[in-house]
Amino acid sequence: MSTTTLAPAAAPEELRFYDLEEQAHPEGHSTMLGFWIYLMSDCLIFAILFACYAVLGGNYAAGPAPKDLFELPLVALNTAMLLFSSITYGFAVLQMQQGKVRGTQLWLAITGLFGLAFLGIELYEFHHFIEIGATPQRSAFLSAFFTLVGTHGLHVTFGTVWLVTLMVQLGKHGLIAANKRRVMCLSMFWHFLDVVWIGVFTIVYLMGMLR
Amino acid sequence: MSANHDHTAGDHHEIEMPHASMRDYMIGFILSVILTAIPFWMVMTMPLSAPVTAAIIMGFAVVQIVVHMIFFLHMTPKAEGGWSLTSLVFTIIVVGIMLAGSLWVMHHLNTNMMPMPHDMNQLP
Repeated sequence: MSTTTLAPAAAPEELRFYDLEEQAHPEGHSTMLGFWIYLMSDCLIFAILFACYAVLGGNYAAGPAPKDLFELPLVALNTAMLLFSSITYGFAVLQMQQGKVRGTQLWLAITGLFGLAFLGIELYEFHHFIEIGATPQRSAFLSAFFTLVGTHGLHVTFGTVWLVTLMVQLGKHGLIAANKRRVMCLSMFWHFLDVVWIGVFTIVYLMGMLR
Repeated sequence: MSANHDHTAGDHHEIEMPHASMRDYMIGFILSVILTAIPFWMVMTMPLSAPVTAAIIMGFAVVQIVVHMIFFLHMTPKAEGGWSLTSLVFTIIVVGIMLAGSLWVMHHLNTNMMPMPHDMNQLP
Protein backbone atom coordinates (compact mmCIF):
# COMPACT_ATOMS: atom_id res chain seq x y z
CA MET A 1 0.00 0.00 0.00
CA SER A 2 1.40 3.28 -1.07
CA THR A 3 0.47 6.83 -0.34
CA THR A 4 1.00 9.75 -2.57
CA THR A 5 1.75 13.10 -1.23
CA LEU A 6 1.44 16.38 -2.96
CA ALA A 7 4.25 17.89 -1.02
CA PRO A 8 7.51 18.01 -2.93
CA ALA A 9 10.13 15.67 -1.63
CA ALA A 10 12.95 18.02 -1.06
CA ALA A 11 12.07 21.61 -1.77
CA PRO A 12 11.55 23.56 1.37
CA GLU A 13 12.06 26.76 -0.54
CA GLU A 14 8.88 28.70 -1.02
CA LEU A 15 7.81 29.40 -4.60
CA ARG A 16 7.80 33.10 -5.40
CA PHE A 17 6.08 34.65 -8.31
CA TYR A 18 6.84 38.26 -7.54
CA ASP A 19 10.09 40.10 -7.66
CA LEU A 20 10.18 41.55 -4.20
CA GLU A 21 13.60 43.00 -4.35
CA GLU A 22 13.60 46.76 -4.55
CA GLN A 23 15.42 48.15 -7.52
CA ALA A 24 16.69 51.63 -7.89
CA HIS A 25 14.47 53.79 -10.10
CA PRO A 26 15.81 57.29 -9.98
CA GLU A 27 13.12 59.77 -10.91
CA GLY A 28 13.02 60.50 -14.61
CA HIS A 29 15.76 58.07 -15.57
CA SER A 30 13.68 56.75 -18.47
CA THR A 31 12.11 60.06 -19.49
CA MET A 32 14.55 60.74 -22.30
CA LEU A 33 14.02 57.33 -23.91
CA GLY A 34 10.26 57.60 -23.42
CA PHE A 35 10.23 61.00 -25.05
CA TRP A 36 12.32 59.69 -27.93
CA ILE A 37 9.76 56.92 -28.49
CA TYR A 38 7.01 59.56 -28.48
CA LEU A 39 8.94 61.45 -31.16
CA MET A 40 9.20 58.27 -33.21
CA SER A 41 5.41 57.87 -33.02
CA ASP A 42 5.07 61.50 -34.09
CA CYS A 43 7.37 60.61 -36.95
CA LEU A 44 4.79 58.02 -38.06
CA ILE A 45 2.04 60.69 -38.08
CA PHE A 46 4.15 62.85 -40.36
CA ALA A 47 5.05 59.84 -42.51
CA ILE A 48 1.35 59.18 -43.11
CA LEU A 49 0.77 62.82 -44.02
CA PHE A 50 3.80 62.76 -46.34
CA ALA A 51 2.49 59.57 -48.00
CA CYS A 52 -0.89 61.26 -48.40
CA TYR A 53 0.73 64.31 -49.98
CA ALA A 54 2.91 62.18 -52.25
CA VAL A 55 -0.16 60.32 -53.51
CA LEU A 56 -2.57 63.27 -53.82
CA GLY A 57 -0.08 66.06 -54.54
CA GLY A 58 -0.65 65.86 -58.30
CA ASN A 59 -4.44 66.10 -58.22
CA TYR A 60 -5.11 69.79 -58.81
CA ALA A 61 -8.75 69.43 -59.95
CA ALA A 62 -7.99 72.11 -62.58
CA GLY A 63 -7.05 74.41 -59.70
CA PRO A 64 -3.75 76.09 -58.88
CA ALA A 65 -0.58 74.00 -59.05
CA PRO A 66 2.46 74.39 -56.76
CA LYS A 67 4.14 76.55 -59.41
CA ASP A 68 1.26 79.04 -59.32
CA LEU A 69 1.29 79.29 -55.53
CA PHE A 70 4.66 78.80 -53.89
CA GLU A 71 7.13 81.62 -53.50
CA LEU A 72 10.55 80.11 -52.85
CA PRO A 73 12.18 83.22 -51.30
CA LEU A 74 9.46 83.21 -48.63
CA VAL A 75 10.01 79.48 -48.00
CA ALA A 76 13.76 80.04 -47.81
CA LEU A 77 13.18 82.78 -45.21
CA ASN A 78 10.93 80.43 -43.25
CA THR A 79 13.54 77.68 -43.38
CA ALA A 80 16.18 80.13 -42.15
CA MET A 81 13.95 81.11 -39.20
CA LEU A 82 13.60 77.49 -38.11
CA LEU A 83 17.29 76.76 -38.59
CA PHE A 84 18.25 79.83 -36.54
CA SER A 85 15.83 78.74 -33.80
CA SER A 86 17.54 75.34 -33.79
CA ILE A 87 21.01 76.79 -33.20
CA THR A 88 19.75 79.28 -30.57
CA TYR A 89 18.13 76.37 -28.74
CA GLY A 90 21.51 74.69 -28.87
CA PHE A 91 23.00 77.79 -27.18
CA ALA A 92 20.32 77.54 -24.47
CA VAL A 93 21.37 73.93 -23.80
CA LEU A 94 25.03 75.01 -23.59
CA GLN A 95 24.12 77.76 -21.10
CA MET A 96 22.19 75.20 -19.06
CA GLN A 97 25.21 72.88 -18.98
CA GLN A 98 27.22 75.76 -17.53
CA GLY A 99 24.52 76.25 -14.90
CA LYS A 100 23.43 79.71 -16.03
CA VAL A 101 19.70 80.23 -15.53
CA ARG A 102 19.49 83.73 -17.01
CA GLY A 103 21.49 82.75 -20.09
CA THR A 104 19.29 79.69 -20.65
CA GLN A 105 16.15 81.81 -20.37
CA LEU A 106 17.55 84.44 -22.71
CA TRP A 107 18.39 81.93 -25.46
CA LEU A 108 15.05 80.18 -24.97
CA ALA A 109 13.35 83.56 -25.46
CA ILE A 110 15.32 84.19 -28.66
CA THR A 111 14.39 80.69 -29.86
CA GLY A 112 10.76 81.50 -29.14
CA LEU A 113 10.98 84.70 -31.20
CA PHE A 114 12.37 82.79 -34.18
CA GLY A 115 9.59 80.24 -33.71
CA LEU A 116 7.00 83.01 -33.72
CA ALA A 117 8.58 84.54 -36.83
CA PHE A 118 8.29 81.14 -38.53
CA LEU A 119 4.65 80.84 -37.55
CA GLY A 120 3.95 84.43 -38.64
CA ILE A 121 5.40 83.81 -42.12
CA GLU A 122 3.52 80.54 -42.43
CA LEU A 123 0.22 82.14 -41.40
CA TYR A 124 0.84 84.97 -43.89
CA GLU A 125 1.39 82.37 -46.61
CA PHE A 126 -1.77 80.42 -45.67
CA HIS A 127 -3.78 83.63 -45.52
CA HIS A 128 -2.53 84.66 -48.95
CA PHE A 129 -3.42 81.24 -50.42
CA ILE A 130 -6.91 81.30 -48.96
CA GLU A 131 -7.44 84.88 -50.14
CA ILE A 132 -6.73 83.97 -53.76
CA GLY A 133 -9.07 80.97 -53.54
CA ALA A 134 -6.52 78.22 -52.92
CA THR A 135 -8.39 76.88 -49.89
CA PRO A 136 -8.08 73.33 -48.53
CA GLN A 137 -11.44 72.54 -50.18
CA ARG A 138 -10.19 73.50 -53.65
CA SER A 139 -8.32 70.30 -54.59
CA ALA A 140 -6.82 67.12 -53.18
CA PHE A 141 -3.38 68.69 -53.57
CA LEU A 142 -4.36 71.65 -51.41
CA SER A 143 -6.09 69.46 -48.79
CA ALA A 144 -2.95 67.37 -48.44
CA PHE A 145 -0.76 70.48 -48.44
CA PHE A 146 -2.68 72.27 -45.70
CA THR A 147 -2.92 69.12 -43.57
CA LEU A 148 0.80 68.34 -43.76
CA VAL A 149 2.18 71.87 -43.40
CA GLY A 150 -0.56 72.81 -40.91
CA THR A 151 0.24 69.84 -38.68
CA HIS A 152 3.87 70.88 -38.63
CA GLY A 153 2.82 74.44 -37.82
CA LEU A 154 0.63 73.19 -34.97
CA HIS A 155 3.62 71.30 -33.57
CA VAL A 156 5.69 74.48 -33.67
CA THR A 157 2.83 76.35 -31.95
CA PHE A 158 2.71 73.85 -29.11
CA GLY A 159 6.50 73.84 -28.94
CA THR A 160 6.36 77.60 -28.43
CA VAL A 161 3.77 77.24 -25.67
CA TRP A 162 6.04 74.67 -23.99
CA LEU A 163 8.97 77.05 -24.41
CA VAL A 164 7.15 79.82 -22.53
CA THR A 165 6.09 77.37 -19.80
CA LEU A 166 9.66 76.22 -19.42
CA MET A 167 10.94 79.78 -19.11
CA VAL A 168 8.45 80.41 -16.28
CA GLN A 169 9.47 77.15 -14.57
CA LEU A 170 13.15 78.06 -14.88
CA GLY A 171 12.41 81.46 -13.37
CA LYS A 172 10.56 79.87 -10.46
CA HIS A 173 12.71 76.84 -9.61
CA GLY A 174 16.02 77.44 -11.36
CA LEU A 175 18.09 74.67 -12.88
CA ILE A 176 16.84 71.75 -10.81
CA ALA A 177 17.17 68.21 -12.18
CA ALA A 178 13.55 68.15 -13.36
CA ASN A 179 13.95 71.40 -15.27
CA LYS A 180 17.16 70.20 -16.90
CA ARG A 181 15.29 67.12 -18.07
CA ARG A 182 12.52 69.29 -19.48
CA VAL A 183 15.02 71.49 -21.33
CA MET A 184 16.55 68.38 -22.91
CA CYS A 185 13.13 66.96 -23.86
CA LEU A 186 12.06 70.21 -25.52
CA SER A 187 15.46 70.30 -27.22
CA MET A 188 14.70 66.94 -28.80
CA PHE A 189 11.20 68.10 -29.77
CA TRP A 190 12.42 71.36 -31.29
CA HIS A 191 15.24 69.77 -33.32
CA PHE A 192 12.85 67.01 -34.39
CA LEU A 193 10.50 69.66 -35.83
CA ASP A 194 13.41 71.07 -37.79
CA VAL A 195 14.11 67.58 -39.15
CA VAL A 196 10.48 67.28 -40.27
CA TRP A 197 10.73 70.72 -41.90
CA ILE A 198 13.65 69.45 -44.03
CA GLY A 199 11.22 66.90 -45.44
CA VAL A 200 8.52 69.54 -45.91
CA PHE A 201 10.60 72.09 -47.79
CA THR A 202 12.22 69.41 -49.94
CA ILE A 203 9.20 67.31 -50.84
CA VAL A 204 6.41 69.91 -50.77
CA TYR A 205 8.03 73.16 -51.87
CA LEU A 206 11.15 72.30 -53.88
CA MET A 207 9.75 69.15 -55.54
CA GLY A 208 6.48 71.02 -56.08
CA MET A 209 8.29 73.65 -58.12
CA LEU A 210 9.86 70.89 -60.22
CA ARG A 211 6.57 69.22 -61.09
CA MET B 1 30.62 62.39 -25.78
CA SER B 2 32.89 60.86 -23.18
CA ALA B 3 30.92 62.36 -20.31
CA ASN B 4 27.91 60.25 -21.32
CA HIS B 5 28.63 57.33 -19.03
CA ASP B 6 30.27 58.96 -16.09
CA HIS B 7 29.16 56.82 -13.21
CA THR B 8 32.34 57.06 -11.22
CA ALA B 9 31.25 60.03 -9.17
CA GLY B 10 28.76 59.65 -6.36
CA ASP B 11 25.97 61.37 -8.26
CA HIS B 12 23.65 58.41 -8.79
CA HIS B 13 20.64 60.68 -8.82
CA GLU B 14 21.90 62.67 -11.79
CA ILE B 15 20.09 61.59 -14.95
CA GLU B 16 22.09 60.53 -17.94
CA MET B 17 21.90 63.28 -20.50
CA PRO B 18 23.65 63.69 -23.81
CA HIS B 19 26.49 66.12 -23.55
CA ALA B 20 26.32 68.93 -26.07
CA SER B 21 29.24 71.07 -27.16
CA MET B 22 29.60 74.36 -29.00
CA ARG B 23 31.70 72.60 -31.64
CA ASP B 24 28.93 70.09 -32.42
CA TYR B 25 26.29 72.80 -32.75
CA MET B 26 28.43 75.01 -34.97
CA ILE B 27 29.40 72.12 -37.27
CA GLY B 28 25.74 71.08 -37.47
CA PHE B 29 24.58 74.62 -38.17
CA ILE B 30 27.14 75.36 -40.90
CA LEU B 31 26.51 72.02 -42.61
CA SER B 32 22.75 72.63 -42.44
CA VAL B 33 23.06 76.09 -43.99
CA ILE B 34 25.11 74.66 -46.87
CA LEU B 35 22.82 71.66 -47.31
CA THR B 36 19.76 73.95 -47.36
CA ALA B 37 21.19 76.70 -49.57
CA ILE B 38 22.32 74.41 -52.41
CA PRO B 39 18.90 72.75 -53.03
CA PHE B 40 17.13 76.13 -52.95
CA TRP B 41 19.68 77.59 -55.35
CA MET B 42 19.34 74.57 -57.65
CA VAL B 43 15.57 74.86 -57.85
CA MET B 44 15.56 78.65 -58.18
CA THR B 45 18.10 78.82 -61.02
CA MET B 46 17.64 75.32 -62.55
CA PRO B 47 21.12 74.64 -63.91
CA LEU B 48 20.15 70.97 -64.46
CA SER B 49 17.08 69.15 -65.76
CA ALA B 50 14.16 68.57 -63.41
CA PRO B 51 14.61 64.81 -62.76
CA VAL B 52 18.32 65.23 -61.99
CA THR B 53 17.59 68.19 -59.69
CA ALA B 54 14.89 66.18 -57.91
CA ALA B 55 17.27 63.29 -57.26
CA ILE B 56 19.99 65.63 -55.99
CA ILE B 57 17.75 67.61 -53.62
CA MET B 58 16.36 64.37 -52.18
CA GLY B 59 19.94 63.28 -51.53
CA PHE B 60 20.69 66.60 -49.82
CA ALA B 61 17.59 66.23 -47.63
CA VAL B 62 18.65 62.76 -46.47
CA VAL B 63 22.18 63.99 -45.67
CA GLN B 64 20.81 67.00 -43.77
CA ILE B 65 18.48 64.80 -41.71
CA VAL B 66 21.48 62.66 -40.72
CA VAL B 67 23.46 65.83 -39.85
CA HIS B 68 20.60 67.03 -37.61
CA MET B 69 20.37 63.61 -35.95
CA ILE B 70 24.06 63.55 -35.11
CA PHE B 71 24.84 67.18 -34.24
CA PHE B 72 21.52 68.51 -32.89
CA LEU B 73 19.77 65.42 -31.51
CA HIS B 74 23.07 63.93 -30.28
CA MET B 75 22.24 60.49 -31.61
CA THR B 76 24.93 57.92 -30.97
CA PRO B 77 24.66 54.16 -31.28
CA LYS B 78 25.20 53.93 -27.53
CA ALA B 79 22.59 56.50 -26.41
CA GLU B 80 20.17 54.99 -23.85
CA GLY B 81 21.93 51.65 -24.07
CA GLY B 82 21.21 51.41 -27.79
CA TRP B 83 17.43 51.64 -27.43
CA SER B 84 17.22 55.06 -29.12
CA LEU B 85 18.87 53.68 -32.22
CA THR B 86 16.77 50.49 -32.12
CA SER B 87 13.52 52.48 -32.03
CA LEU B 88 14.83 54.78 -34.77
CA VAL B 89 15.69 51.86 -37.04
CA PHE B 90 12.27 50.32 -36.40
CA THR B 91 10.57 53.62 -37.25
CA ILE B 92 12.59 54.02 -40.45
CA ILE B 93 11.61 50.50 -41.54
CA VAL B 94 7.91 51.13 -40.87
CA VAL B 95 8.01 54.54 -42.56
CA GLY B 96 9.83 53.05 -45.54
CA ILE B 97 7.28 50.26 -45.97
CA MET B 98 4.41 52.71 -45.60
CA LEU B 99 5.75 55.33 -48.03
CA ALA B 100 6.92 52.87 -50.67
CA GLY B 101 3.75 50.81 -50.35
CA SER B 102 1.41 53.80 -50.60
CA LEU B 103 3.17 55.22 -53.63
CA TRP B 104 3.35 51.84 -55.34
CA VAL B 105 -0.28 50.89 -54.80
CA MET B 106 -1.68 54.33 -55.56
CA HIS B 107 0.44 54.70 -58.69
CA HIS B 108 -1.02 51.47 -60.06
CA LEU B 109 -4.47 52.62 -59.12
CA ASN B 110 -3.93 55.90 -60.96
CA THR B 111 -2.58 54.29 -64.12
CA ASN B 112 -5.49 51.84 -64.21
CA MET B 113 -8.10 54.57 -63.86
CA MET B 114 -10.32 55.38 -66.80
CA PRO B 115 -9.37 58.72 -68.31
CA MET B 116 -11.84 61.39 -67.30
CA PRO B 117 -12.37 64.90 -68.61
CA HIS B 118 -12.11 67.61 -65.99
CA ASP B 119 -15.53 68.90 -66.94
CA MET B 120 -18.07 66.22 -66.11
CA ASN B 121 -20.65 67.76 -68.49
CA GLN B 122 -18.59 66.63 -71.44
CA LEU B 123 -19.31 62.99 -70.61
CA PRO B 124 -21.65 61.39 -73.15
